[in-house]
Amino acid sequence: MAEDEYISGENTYKENEKIFATRVGLFDHDQKRVYVVALKSFYVPMVGDTVIGKVLEVTFGGWLVDIRAPYPAMLRASDALERPVRPQRDDLPSLFDVGDMMIAKIVACDRTRDPLLTVLERGLGKVTRGQTIEITPTKIPRVIGKKGSMVSMIKNETGCQITIGQNGRIVVIGKTPDDERSAIMAIRMIEREAHTSGLTDRVTEMLRKEKGEKSTKEVVENVPKET
Amino acid sequence: MSSIMATKVRAKRIAQMIASGKRSDGRGLNDYREIQIESGLIERAEGSARVRLGKTEVLVGVKIEIGEPFPDTPNEGVLTVNAELVPLASPTFEAGPPDENSIELARVVDRGIRESKAIPTGDLVIEPGKKVFVVFVDVYVLNYDGNLIDASALAALAALLNTKMFNYEVKEGEVKIKPGYKPLPLANYPIAVTSAKINDQLIVDPWLEEEQAMDARLTMTIEKDGKICAMQKGGYGTFTTQQILEIAKIVQQKAVELRKLVVKE
Amino acid sequence: MKTSQKKPEKLIDEKDIRYDGRKLNEMRPVKIEVGVLANADGSAYIEQGKNRILAAVYGPREIHPKHQALPDRAALRCRYHMAPFSVQERKSPAPSRREHELSKVIREALEPSIFTEYYPRTAIDLFIEVLQADGGTRCAGITVASLALADAGIPMRDLVCACAAGKVEDRLILDLDDLEDKSEGADVPIAYMPNMDVVTLLQMDGMLTNEEFEQVLNMGIEGCRQISQLQRDALKAKYTAAKEAEAEKEDEAEEAKK
Repeated sequence: MAEDEYISGENTYKENEKIFATRVGLFDHDQKRVYVVALKSFYVPMVGDTVIGKVLEVTFGGWLVDIRAPYPAMLRASDALERPVRPQRDDLPSLFDVGDMMIAKIVACDRTRDPLLTVLERGLGKVTRGQTIEITPTKIPRVIGKKGSMVSMIKNETGCQITIGQNGRIVVIGKTPDDERSAIMAIRMIEREAHTSGLTDRVTEMLRKEKGEKSTKEVVENVPKET
Repeated sequence: MSSIMATKVRAKRIAQMIASGKRSDGRGLNDYREIQIESGLIERAEGSARVRLGKTEVLVGVKIEIGEPFPDTPNEGVLTVNAELVPLASPTFEAGPPDENSIELARVVDRGIRESKAIPTGDLVIEPGKKVFVVFVDVYVLNYDGNLIDASALAALAALLNTKMFNYEVKEGEVKIKPGYKPLPLANYPIAVTSAKINDQLIVDPWLEEEQAMDARLTMTIEKDGKICAMQKGGYGTFTTQQILEIAKIVQQKAVELRKLVVKE
Repeated sequence: MKTSQKKPEKLIDEKDIRYDGRKLNEMRPVKIEVGVLANADGSAYIEQGKNRILAAVYGPREIHPKHQALPDRAALRCRYHMAPFSVQERKSPAPSRREHELSKVIREALEPSIFTEYYPRTAIDLFIEVLQADGGTRCAGITVASLALADAGIPMRDLVCACAAGKVEDRLILDLDDLEDKSEGADVPIAYMPNMDVVTLLQMDGMLTNEEFEQVLNMGIEGCRQISQLQRDALKAKYTAAKEAEAEKEDEAEEAKK
């Protein structure tokens, strides 16, 4: 891939003064580093990440959660309840049951342990409304945009609440299913066209067109029928 | 080969020593451990031999039965090699059906014998297309202390050299055993030599700790005229072309040395 | 279907042309496609002569049974399997001793290329299915398995390419097919990592002198290099197809705007 004085950046490694790619992707570099934007990769848990998980199992002291990573995550009861856990009294499935989705944060994760989650912060907890979709984790930064510009735009245009998990899951909660559908269409469009330019404008346009079509539909439907 | 996790510290130590040309048991890089060969210990077998290679111990028994030839080779006898890593040989061997290690061991030993045409299978025909001799070579590992391939191949050759076939005659389509024996005719004497790579250094006959520290191993089986008749690379590491060719050179000399121990002129 | 394929009298003629028309150092035609299965994390398919082989990867994922987990790296598990209809005489679906041995040597051929230390306590499961066999299946299997691993986004040091070389009727040849493999001579399957210039699989049956072996080894590595180029082309093809689809959509959007 490259020789000489570069430092090996993301998705590359250095051996014998040469830098090689470790994944298939688009090659890029700046002054110092050489890196690869991977075409395909999977989510690797990192401490501090917000993730959207799905409960796999209710265990003795907590829950086993799928976060779309090579490792299953654990949410201990003590990281889900503000007060001390009383095993006889507290019914864990009533808090989170198998299949429930949750917004959580990774509090611990290293080479020897599976990731540990918490839901005890603001904005975290069980997902009770809306829709959850999955996209390739590498496209998440694009969905967020520079300083959150892309996701803010989608929120404004659709009126939806959008929570983005670093693990490639996104929760979309809208006032109506149609609003949710628009937001999801926007996200899918970003996923497909992530590497193109002018994307923010195109997505905005698409959303506005959708809204426009919707309002004409509503007008037509609201016209009272002639009896 | 085993799942004994030698402590990483020990493996590092061995790698360091080897890098400076020394082995943990005092051997030279191209030296085999002490070898003892005993033949004919199992009377009920048609042939048998036990090899002690350092502390590695392998017993091979040869049985000759009468069976049917394979459909695509109606005029040839049958050779079949099987290996068992018996649980008493190592804390890491478990009882059960053959695992990939014992299958690989059997097939590498088999390849050496088969490709060198050591057993002239054409001479093992009783009734063409119907009845042939089946030579069963069973490798029984009794103690695992590294380099099972070389020990097993050597024991298999010694056992075959020790094998006696009963005399027989065919009467009314039945095989009748007659008194007397004759030795199994052997046409070649294949010798397997295994080299290991540790820290880019090549050694011959790795013992258990060296096997745990090694990157990879390369076995070459040499027949009596010096041709290579089988090869098998094993382990998770790699070899450069240079290392492969260097091994091919060293192996020639070692094969001659080992063969002298088994084949008495 | 069963053919009454009679073995040709000679596999190579006096002009050094093989019975299927190939030159001594010519490979069979190869077609490779990456990303062919929807469920697997990564997949690839190869046709090499009459060989048809599919490879799929799942992982890194949680490992079951747990006692197979390695504390410091991912465990690569490999299953090489031949479909019952892949060969002339139907083969029983139960794994044979040969399939066990090949599963092991193929795993050992691919492991050096993967950064398994990045994902301790997980499993990377690799499945190679031979749908049709005509000699050299372990090499084609390694070639396509390496692409499946890349397709799954698993970080690798290098792609592993594989090819067999050998000797038939006293001539040294590249990429033996089934008839050539089964005849007298020698067959040397080789797997190779081109960036690192190292061999990761080496086996042999047959008989060769040291000099012949050196020539066969070099010929085989040359063949591996050709395969490596085809692997890269197949990966690039998958990309450009994706990029072309994007470009088409952009054009359509442009058209609609007008």
